[in-house]
Amino acid sequence: MEERPASTLSALEYDPAPESAAVARLRERYGLFIGGAFVEAADGATFETLNPATEEPLARVAQAGEADVAVAVAAARRAYDKVWGKTTGAQRSKYLFRIARLIQERSRELAVLESLDNGKPIRESRDLDVPLAAAYFFYYAGWADKLEHAGFGPDPRPLGVAGQIIPWNFPLLMAAWKLAPALAAGNTCVLKPAETTPLSALVLAEILQQAELPDGVVNVVTGDGSTGAALVASPVDKIAFTGSTEVGKVIQRRLAGRTTRLTLELGGKGANIVFDDAPIDEVVEGIVDGIFFNQGHVCCAGSRLLVQESAAEEVLHRLRRRVDQLRVGDPLDKNTDVGAINSAAQLEKIRELTAWGEREGATRYTSPCALPERGYWFAPTVFTDVAQTHRIAREEVFGPVLSVLTFRTPEEAVAKANNTTYGLACGVWSEKGSRTLWVAERLRAGVVWANTYNRFDPASPFGGVRESGFGREGGRHGLEAYLDV
Amino acid sequence: MSPAPLRLVVDDERAVRPRPGASVPVVESEAQLRSLLRGLAGVDAVGAEARAAKLATRSLKRETKRAAIDLALSMVDLTTLEGADTPGRVASLCAKARRPDPEEPDTPAVAAVCVYPDLVATARAHLAGSDVRVASVATAFPSGRASRAVKLLDVADAVAAGADEVDMVIDRGAFLSGRLGEVFDEVVAVREACGPAHLKVILEVGELVTYDNVRRASWLAMLAGADFIKTSTGKVAVNATLPTTLVMLEAARDFAESTGRLVGVKAAGGIRTTKEALRYLVVVNETAGSAWLDPALFRFGASSLVNDLLLQRRKQRSGAYARPDRISVD
Amino acid sequence: MSERLDVRKTYKLLVGGAFPRSESGRSYEVLDAKGRFLANAAQASRKDVRDAVVAARSAQRAWWSLTPYNRGQVLYRLAEMAEARAGELAEQVGRAEGTRAAEARAAVGRSIDRLVWYAGWCDKVAQVLGGQNPVAGPYFNFSVPVPSGVVGVLADQASSLEAFVDAVAAPLATGNAVVALASEARPIPAALIGEMSATSDLVPGALNVLTGRTGEVAPVLASHEDVDGLDLAGVDDGFAGELAALASETVTRVLRGADPQDRGLKRLRAFVETSTVWHTIGQ
Repeated sequence: MEERPASTLSALEYDPAPESAAVARLRERYGLFIGGAFVEAADGATFETLNPATEEPLARVAQAGEADVAVAVAAARRAYDKVWGKTTGAQRSKYLFRIARLIQERSRELAVLESLDNGKPIRESRDLDVPLAAAYFFYYAGWADKLEHAGFGPDPRPLGVAGQIIPWNFPLLMAAWKLAPALAAGNTCVLKPAETTPLSALVLAEILQQAELPDGVVNVVTGDGSTGAALVASPVDKIAFTGSTEVGKVIQRRLAGRTTRLTLELGGKGANIVFDDAPIDEVVEGIVDGIFFNQGHVCCAGSRLLVQESAAEEVLHRLRRRVDQLRVGDPLDKNTDVGAINSAAQLEKIRELTAWGEREGATRYTSPCALPERGYWFAPTVFTDVAQTHRIAREEVFGPVLSVLTFRTPEEAVAKANNTTYGLACGVWSEKGSRTLWVAERLRAGVVWANTYNRFDPASPFGGVRESGFGREGGRHGLEAYLDV
Repeated sequence: MSPAPLRLVVDDERAVRPRPGASVPVVESEAQLRSLLRGLAGVDAVGAEARAAKLATRSLKRETKRAAIDLALSMVDLTTLEGADTPGRVASLCAKARRPDPEEPDTPAVAAVCVYPDLVATARAHLAGSDVRVASVATAFPSGRASRAVKLLDVADAVAAGADEVDMVIDRGAFLSGRLGEVFDEVVAVREACGPAHLKVILEVGELVTYDNVRRASWLAMLAGADFIKTSTGKVAVNATLPTTLVMLEAARDFAESTGRLVGVKAAGGIRTTKEALRYLVVVNETAGSAWLDPALFRFGASSLVNDLLLQRRKQRSGAYARPDRISVD
Repeated sequence: MSERLDVRKTYKLLVGGAFPRSESGRSYEVLDAKGRFLANAAQASRKDVRDAVVAARSAQRAWWSLTPYNRGQVLYRLAEMAEARAGELAEQVGRAEGTRAAEARAAVGRSIDRLVWYAGWCDKVAQVLGGQNPVAGPYFNFSVPVPSGVVGVLADQASSLEAFVDAVAAPLATGNAVVALASEARPIPAALIGEMSATSDLVPGALNVLTGRTGEVAPVLASHEDVDGLDLAGVDDGFAGELAALASETVTRVLRGADPQDRGLKRLRAFVETSTVWHTIGQ
């Protein structure tokens, strides 16, 4: 009898499959991008951006002060008056197509850079952030010479100079969401990336140079909240902000009484509603996608699971098994499912709210996954026995933390889902089309995903109702934010 | 020689654990069967395909890759199912099955050689003394369009000739027209005719078309006593796909949890490259769990796959890409 | 023979389909364009605003749950009612604004035509502002305009009827409920529209008409957390800034400066939210 080698594995414990950090072509210093050139801040101020997975510094970046913001806004105004305002739609269109192509060409570099600076898994930056960023430029490129057909009247005009403030959760993608429609509509831009994730926007600025976009049409001012405040205070025609509801309200108040247009894409506390006839395996994936995608740093995250009582046990059993499987760790490892929390401050906030969850009597389940010693990490966590009154059911955690509540009837599901001041996104899971539509019609949310969650597309309008903000990004609707209509 | 017993492996934290009091329900009527199958949760095709596509992005490196290639090799049912098959062809296939790469003696043997019933005896003879099992298709493979009596004779013939495993096809026509009891009874009858041989039930997923059908047919076969559920005959346009196999693995996992019985899954047809095979193993690993990472519970029905696995195995060991001519053509 | 003494009307608020005097019991004198006494109008208080918003919130669900066709019929009915009482409206517009009879009649005509225009929009706006979105994946994806909810309207101070009708009919056409504060000095035409709405099958509370002091009522409306949208037509720039700042506390949508004769969709777009639904497509 031949010897048969032992060939079975107890489990496939994947060896590390890291993407090379060198691909990011990191530099030691990054300047502001103003008037088509990279410059230091007027006062020479800089700040450090860290790799949240290691807490090691990645680079020093110029900190724009009021003077720099003023210069950037003036450059954008000049570019609007002298160049971009006179550039035909067809020309603008071709610039945007160029940018889209350049993003594709440098996609691997951008993906690695994004994962380094943000902490998100390379699988997501590679398969979602970067390709979608290119897709938004492609989509709006096509609109630039067709604005008169966009449904806003025969001769829609741009607003002028747009100040755009973006968050740290999807740094490059949010830059694309802001810049592409603004440029297509004929505006010039001053973009302010988040303090903890400035790098990909600066590489995007390099791409704009490579595309030979006229100087000053897009300016990038990096810095902290004070830079954003300076931009809001400056003579721009439009502010587009994506970030927390708290800051959004401040911006809306500061702009009160001014003619500056405003769109806001703010926080959320999305309900993911699961009926007992739902496709259960896909439900489990949808719950996981809904809350653990991008470490839960997603404004539209499905952070409240509303599950029909008759299915709760089954769903939770499967969910827990699935949560245990999530691979948490090195963002550059191609097999990582959940990466690093973006910053120490965010980690602290997540810890505080989850501590409240326990204090208020919810039952906590945390994945037993091993966490790296250095860096900012938070293991995927599910709270059951959550009541509507609990802080973890009402406040945005913005982390990999799910609150589970139950309901008995569709009416109750809708009532609980809507029992929030937010209104960004919800999920509905059922095999029954009529019920799904009944629920979707009643949910107060800008986006409803049925039998799926966290899908994004340049053709699909995205944005909130109520305290999740106003205005839409994406689709024909997204143009309205940058047209004088 | 009796076939090696199927191992029930529950040795991992993430392994499936049967629920307390789990047992296989006794199916007493077609109505009961129908309501049981209709009570299964539906499959959202987009979600299932997205899940499979996401798992396909897993990257196996170094040791994991080496181990996975060997595991995949040990799971292959090396198959020849052509009208032109001859004893000579089967003999050379058996030689390959025992020692797939004679220059690399630690290469694992494949799981089984799969042939038509009339060549079972030949295969049996050439595999004597090895652990490689003999599998035979039966029940008027691949169409299944014959009377019950003929199908059962086909099975009996294969088993009598020494088949360790029988791959039957279900009556897709009966399934699609809702005659579920008929399909069920036939699997039960074939299971009986198999005697000690293991029964693999081919669903022919390419003809069932929807994932809901695949899930229901999987449960039907498992309830009727299948030891394995198998995707395809390899003879129709659509054979094994990653999402279909995912759905079948979910069914096997859920069945094990609710009945305590572990049923194997075989992906057959169209899997030609190491890259694809490793994707299947990832899906096995992350869907049914580690217990199924065993030839007793997961198989590939393939022929050309073996050669690519052998080439990649050499590449992993030497670091250099191997010349295809180093590997025997079959 | 003595001349017949006319019966004068007390102009009241419209809240939740009922016509209360202000819960505060206060009223204020309304004068015509030449400064002669016209009537005593109810002077709405904070609590009247509160009651109106509660009524509007509850009515909004019912109003929006009607079919768009039905909403269009109701607004058309309102136009019919206005047409039947066009003489009365013209008289009050003339007195309030000091315009000649022909001019006032023309303004009434334009107002009624505007109502008809909006009535026709009810079952078209979703097609014009919404539609299917061609996403790159196996999803059916469509966007529909849904109402913001409760809209506060601080009506134009000068154009007592025409601007008022435009400002309330647009959000009603898109399914919102409205709490409108009439022109402070010229409230009677707006109050008449309120009366007519009560006989137009409009869901009680979908339109609430308050009269009173803008400076007193507007901040209450702007800061009310359950108001989703705010039209600042009737206040000056400085006050508009203050009110917009109050509105920012709950991210209330603010509209400033829409032309009542504009044939564009600005007003219709002002208080709708685009709701986008994705559904998987598969066998």
